[in-house]
This record gives sequence, structure tokens and C-alpha cells, in this order.
Amino acid sequence: MLELVTFSLLNGVVYGLLLFMLSSGLTLIWSMMGVLNFAHASMFMLGAYFSYQLGRYIGFWPALVIAPLVVGAIGAAIERYGLRYVHRQGHVGEILFTFGLAYLIAELVIMIWGRNPIENRVPATIDFSLFSLFGTSYPFYKGLMMAISLGMFAFLYLAFKRTRVGLVIQAALSHPQMVSALGHDVPKVFVLVFAIGCALAAMAGVIGGFALLTEPNMAAALGPIVFVVVVVGGLGSIPGALIASMLIGIIQTFAVALDYSLLDFLRQFGVTVLRGSPFYEICSIKIAQAAPLLPYLLLVLMLILRPRGLMGTRES
Amino acid sequence: MNGAGSRAAPSLDVRTGALAGLARYRVWIAAVVLLALLPHVPGLANDFGRSLLSQMGIAAVFALSYNLLLGQTGLLSFGHAVYFGLGAYAAIHLMRAINGGLPIPMAFVPLAGAAGGLLVGIVFGAVSTRRAGVVFALISLGIGELVFAAMRMLQGFSGGEEGITANRGGGPHWLGVNFASQLDVYYLIAFWTLVSAALLYYFIGTPVGRLCNAVRDNPERAEFVGYSAQRVRFTAFAVAATFAGLAGGLHAVNYEIVAAEAVGAARSGSVLLMVYIGGVSNFVGAILGAITITWLQVSLSDYTAAWQLYLGLFFMAIVLYAPGGLAGLIMMHVPLARTAAFASLLRAYAVAVVPLLVALFGAALLLEINYRLSTQPQAGTRMTLLHVDIDAATPWPWLVAALALIVGIFAARRACRTVAAAWRDASAEAAAARAYP
Repeated sequence: MLELVTFSLLNGVVYGLLLFMLSSGLTLIWSMMGVLNFAHASMFMLGAYFSYQLGRYIGFWPALVIAPLVVGAIGAAIERYGLRYVHRQGHVGEILFTFGLAYLIAELVIMIWGRNPIENRVPATIDFSLFSLFGTSYPFYKGLMMAISLGMFAFLYLAFKRTRVGLVIQAALSHPQMVSALGHDVPKVFVLVFAIGCALAAMAGVIGGFALLTEPNMAAALGPIVFVVVVVGGLGSIPGALIASMLIGIIQTFAVALDYSLLDFLRQFGVTVLRGSPFYEICSIKIAQAAPLLPYLLLVLMLILRPRGLMGTRES
Repeated sequence: MNGAGSRAAPSLDVRTGALAGLARYRVWIAAVVLLALLPHVPGLANDFGRSLLSQMGIAAVFALSYNLLLGQTGLLSFGHAVYFGLGAYAAIHLMRAINGGLPIPMAFVPLAGAAGGLLVGIVFGAVSTRRAGVVFALISLGIGELVFAAMRMLQGFSGGEEGITANRGGGPHWLGVNFASQLDVYYLIAFWTLVSAALLYYFIGTPVGRLCNAVRDNPERAEFVGYSAQRVRFTAFAVAATFAGLAGGLHAVNYEIVAAEAVGAARSGSVLLMVYIGGVSNFVGAILGAITITWLQVSLSDYTAAWQLYLGLFFMAIVLYAPGGLAGLIMMHVPLARTAAFASLLRAYAVAVVPLLVALFGAALLLEINYRLSTQPQAGTRMTLLHVDIDAATPWPWLVAALALIVGIFAARRACRTVAAAWRDASAEAAAARAYP
């Protein structure tokens, strides 16, 4: 039991930190620019694919740096030559632009790397045992994932709360004319924010691509979960995103390990549901089976009960 | 002007009065005649053509219901397929009951879909329409994922990925119609498509429909006048869900199978594509988009495996350059059509089309070769595109494609200047005609 709890907790934390890496960039873009970026998970996917491709030529460590930079440049180009023009059409136009972009990126990935998952294995340089627990060794790359994720948290938190650039970026959203009048190039600030957000997602992709299957559908599979994290954590709140991603990571890994259903629960009170009754099917679902459903349940409940999220200060 | 004239001078005899009454409905009468004749037009008078028309009808009802949501009420939903799919499930379960001996004619099955859509729409609408904008979009996304996950879990109700089947041949046969042929199914779908189009069209004209527009454009003001924006949004949502459910019911009759993908995100995305490409907030636009996208989905996929890529590029082009959609493009040209400069505008278009086609040819060639090489690596580098044998291992196809793309783009940019000048002339003339009639 202790072993189960320890490993579930450990895996949940790792998964949660991975989600945090993904969602921190999204919450940044959303809170600073007001853009709900549907293509964010696509940037994660591009990070995974680029690092796989680059890693074959220049090795893992350079790829960890270069892949996010390339994706950041792509993000800057998207903002400069696409998003900026759609901005005039309002939020629906922006959302639809990124929605179409996500669709296109998935198709382009199919065009370049094919429909099947690529063999994105953990490189030998980071594939060794970090420590061993209950006779099971814990791999180094998962530790690295945690370290990068926490580093990202520290970087974002300090950069926005403690530096001048962070203050300018924060001011540029609420008072663009004033910030512009003070001599700051507001469009350039937006390009920078979008590029940083995309680069963060790509870095998550480099390190998280090993943990998940690297395939053209990965963006579509991860995209909605990232929105859950951002909404539950609260718009624009980096600590909120960290808490929410840990919460979702831990809930999901624990739910997968639980083999109980409503049927078992009712039986403790002496209630049995007959096999033929219409409620039998709903009652017989195991918690483990319902695990993929839980984050969305959390999202819907959160939006209904507390739309500003756990740590958010305002509604979107 | 016609309407005002006829009201000012009441018709003297019964015959012209009836004719004037008919003239008011001439669009609908034309639609009835068109829908009745279409499956007998050469080229469509076969099972494939009739099946295509049936799919377009289903898509049109679904798109019109989404148009009420996004176009008229301004609610961007990423989960509209929930109501389509659950309506389809309601219909297929009724069909199974009919197969089991329930004496209800199959022609009424789509109503079960509508009832299912309405029921689910009331439940989810109550929780999701309290807010508009991004919050609503996110709730709809969450509900969409939630229902899709639930449908994959509840195998007994939904059949999961494989789906559940029923037979549309059962039940009492009204007028001897047993829905054995695709033509019977087409006429059923055409009937319900017309009914839904008429109902939704007149709904927009009702006070509630007008309030939907008000809530879309300025919710604070609507509240200030004394209407609850939430209640208006809820009403629009429930009506839209009803017609989405009706479309789902038609889907169940047409395919005789419903699977979990009917509620999936891909279907929600495709209805968004249809309405946006056709033209948001334009009634005809939604139908136009449904027809275009269905046709692309069915026919383009026969020619190329990369059809989704082209669809995505088409969507992006509309979002970036024509936010009014296809209907918006047409409406832009209506006031210009009477000007003298319109002929030179058409001539400029005809000239500009040539380099655009060359550029498109180059781009498509590049995409096709790449797509083939990456998705079917085992097939080798030899391929046949447009009846021409190509070997991608040689540089020639790449050179031709790149050359066509570059020359095409370069020439198209020059042609665009002519088009822009002609456009300016024509719109200046139209503006002058408006100012001094």
C-alpha cells in the first residue's frame, strides 16, 4: 500500500509538472494578450518532433536549447504575420485563427514525419537510474523533467514580478496606449510574449515527448487538458497553474490505480443494483475507467462555481 | 418596395391576391422545387449522388442550428456535436425499439433526435449560458470532452467506437414507403431540412430572435432595457440544440449506425468550419458552407489523401482575408454589380485567376509529393499525379513545383494591384450612386 501510494504520488507529481510546463506558456499568453491559444499544444508537439530530429544530429543537450528557440521564432512569426492582423476582428477571430493553426500544424507534421508515432526514445545520456525505491529504480530523465519544470516556475515568477520587462509586459495588456506613450514598443512586447510562451511549450515538448507517445494526434489529445489547468488555476496566475497541474496530475494517477465502482460503494450499505436495471451500467464503471473524464468534470464545475479559478484575480 | 406597394393598394380580385401571397414565398417554393428535382438531375441521379445530397441536407440543418448559436447569438461553441450525437443516439434507440415492434413510422424518428437534443440542451444550457464569450467557449469544450469520454465508457448505451446499429426498414410503412432506397431517405431528409430551415429563418425574425442579436451585440444594453441576457442565450441554446438533435436524428436514419465519434471534437470542429467558411451570421452562408464543406469532404478525399490540409488552408485563408465568409464575399459584390466599372473588375479577376492557379498548382504539387513520401514511404518515390507519372527521386518535379509557385506568387501580386484599382473604381461608383440616386 505504501509502495502504491509513493509511486502514484511520484508519478502524479511528474505528470503534474509536465502539465505545468505546458500550461505556464498558455496562461502567460492568455493573461498578457487575451488570446486563447488553441495552437499551444501544437507548439509542444513541434518541440517534441524538432528535438527528435535535431537530437539525431547534434545530441540531446544542444537540442534541448535549440528546439525551443526554433519554435519560439516560429511563434514570433505567427504573431507578427498572422495574429496581429486577426486581432482587429476581436476574440472570435483570434480563437478561430489559432484553432485553424492547430489543425494545420497537425497536418504539416503528418506531411513531414508521417502518420505513425516516431521512435522518440529517451537518449542514452539521460537514461540512467537516479535512485532506487522499493526495489524499483527511478530514471534520471524524470528527475530532469521535474527540475526543468520547477526552474521554469522560478523563471516566470521572478521575471514577471521582479523585473522591469515583466512590469512593462503586464502594463501593456491593460493600458497599451499609456505604455506606448511612455516609449515602449507595444507590438514588439506582444511578439516577445507570444514567442516566450511558444518556446516554453516547446521545451516541455522536448522533455515530455519521451513520457508520451510522439505522434501527430498528441496535440489534439493534450490541448483540452491544458485549458483545464489554466482555467482551474486561474487566469494569468503562475502559482495557480502550478497548483492546478499538480492537482490534476495526482487525481488522475490515483484514479487510475483505484479499482472501485459505485456498485462496490453501494454494496457496503447493503444496496445491490440488479443487472437488468438501467442504472447498472453507470454504477458498474470503475473509477480507473472514469479517470480520463475527471479533469473535464473539474473544468465544468470550476467554470460554473468559480469562473476565476483557484488563484485568479479576474474572470477572462 | 414591392411589399410596401402591395400593402398600400389592397388587391382587387382574389387571383392576384393569391399570386401576391405566393410571391412572398417564392424563395421557399423555389427551394421545394429544387429539392424535389435535384436527385433526378443527371449526374446526381444515382445512389452516390443521392447519398451526397442527403449528407449535405444533414450538414445544412446542423450548420443552421450552429449559425443560430454563433451567428445570431454570438456564442462560440466547441462542443455542438454533443447535441447532434446525443440526438442521433436518441433516434437510433427509437429505431431499435421500432425494430422490436413499436408501431411508429420511421419518418418520425428525426423528431426523437430533436427531443433528445432539446433535453440535453436544456440540461447543459442551464449551466453553460450564464456567461458568454471565452468562458462559454471553454465550458462547451469541457462538456464536449466530458460527453465524448462518457460515451466511450458507456458501451451498453453508445456501443463505444464501434457504435450501435438499427434497421430503418421496420415499423408501419406509410404510403408504402419503406426507406429501402436512398431516394426515399433523401426525400425524408429534404423534407426535414426544409422544415428546419423555415422554422429557424422565422425564429430569427421573432422578438426572441431579435433579442438574440441584441444580446450578441450589446448584452449590457439588453439587460438595461429589461431582458435577461442569460435567459435569451439559454433559449437560443436550447433551440439550437433541438435542431442539432434533429440533424443527428437524420444522421441515424441515413447511416443506420451511430458511434461515439458522433459527439466527438472533430464533428464540433467541422460544423464550426462550415459556418465560418460559409459566412457567420448569414443564413444562406451556413447552408453554403455546409454544402461546400460536405462536397469537399466527400469528393476531395477521393483525389488526395491530404484533403484535410487543403481544408485547413482554405479555412485559414477565410479567417485572414474574408472574415465574412463566402456569403460575405458575395454580398460585397452585390452593390457593385450595377456599376459600369464592374465589367473591368470582372476582367481584372479573370486575369488574376491565371497566376493564382499557377501558384496553387505549384503549392499543391509540393504538398502532394511530400505527403505521399511521408505517409506511404513503402510505396517508393514513383507516383502518378494528375495522370502524369512522376519520380520524386529526380529533381524535376521539385523544380517545376517551386518554379510554378514562385512565378505564380510574383505574377499574382502584380495582378492584385489591377484588381485593387478596379475594386476602388467600382466601389467609388457604387458609393456615388448611393449618395445621388
